[in-house]
Amino acid sequence: MKEIERAGITIVQMANLIPVAKTVGANRMVPTISIPYPLGDPSTSKEEQWKLRYHRVGVALDALTTDIKEQTVFRVKI
Amino acid sequence: MKKAILYINQFFAGLGGEAKADYAPEIKNGLVGPAMELDKILQNAEVTHTVICGDNFMGSNTEKAVERILEFLEDKEFDIFFAGPAFQAGRYGSACGNICKAVKEKFGVPVVTAMHEENPGVDMFKKDIVIFKSGKSAASMRKDLNKMAQFGDKVLAGEKLGTAEEEGYFIRGIRHQVWLEDEVPASDRVVDMLLKKIRGEEFISELPIPELDRVPIAEKIEELSKATIALVTSGGIVPVENPDRIQSASATRWGRYNIKGMDRLESGVYKTIHAGYDPAAADADPNVCLPLDAMRAYENEGKIGKLHDYFYTTVGTGTTQAEAARMANEMVEYFKNEGVDAIVLTST
Repeated sequence: MKEIERAGITIVQMANLIPVAKTVGANRMVPTISIPYPLGDPSTSKEEQWKLRYHRVGVALDALTTDIKEQTVFRVKI
Repeated sequence: MKKAILYINQFFAGLGGEAKADYAPEIKNGLVGPAMELDKILQNAEVTHTVICGDNFMGSNTEKAVERILEFLEDKEFDIFFAGPAFQAGRYGSACGNICKAVKEKFGVPVVTAMHEENPGVDMFKKDIVIFKSGKSAASMRKDLNKMAQFGDKVLAGEKLGTAEEEGYFIRGIRHQVWLEDEVPASDRVVDMLLKKIRGEEFISELPIPELDRVPIAEKIEELSKATIALVTSGGIVPVENPDRIQSASATRWGRYNIKGMDRLESGVYKTIHAGYDPAAADADPNVCLPLDAMRAYENEGKIGKLHDYFYTTVGTGTTQAEAARMANEMVEYFKNEGVDAIVLTST
């Protein structure tokens, strides 16, 4: 991740373990809901999973267009 | 008597400076340059050979140089391998690190070197090998050889070794199980530390967090609707046959797979090979780990210009930082050559 950013390519990390992402030096971060299913809880309906995934990926894409001055965790609503 | 071999560069072999830095590796019977002093102070072994290699030769033909030196060593008997000290000489430090690491891996013998803390070789190799803190220049040669020899003697004698700090070499970040003589349990120690912290007193953590290596924040994407975005994951999503045989843990391989024209990753066609989490959910619907469906939707809506035709994947469990960095750099080649503007990385 860091090497990609070091190369000057804008990157957003979607991760469940945000403290780990922070510690290793991610700059743009969007939380996911778990380790085995980051973007869709299988105990919920397909529709709910899609809503959550579509929303959080959207937040990640917006993060790419956001000017930041420090490590930033972008807020998700679902 | 046990046996030791020392690696030095062309300068310390007395061959010359920069003009001789292309000197190809060779091995000499007996003692050359600092090997004489090392042999004198080393108690539990004699130095039988000196390996010499020009710093530039090692720097620009590392693989060839290491390979040749390993060949030299193949029929030699030795119980420990020394290199340097390299002081503040960057190329020499990197050479000592490269050869020590290779010798340790191939022959399984203890390896010892020394460098000044500002030598870039320290950060490159301190995790892999024992590097003592040396002076800046050859003025401290004797002192630094002493540190290396004393440690070598201890190792050869099978003496109990202290922590990196106690012994005086750079911390490798390796955790050891130790029995404390005072037998104070961890629960008591941690509460003691907490109380000290609350009182604003000094305390020493038993798990120091290494200093962070930060990268500058990459610039924002100005026009997302014209940008090409690639999906990358450390969650181990691969085509079910795992064609590149990416390892399920401690990965050293990665893959990129074509998703052109695909709206989602179908179960049974893609799966995860990551050994660090329960694969059930990602196998049933790989999009929960690698959100191709959502990315494609945003491409169709025009929010992003284009979803890059490949996704990139590896497994991020037990994977060393060095391997991860290498794999990322290999991926970067593709991103740059194929016009990728930004990355969405999902990790598990």
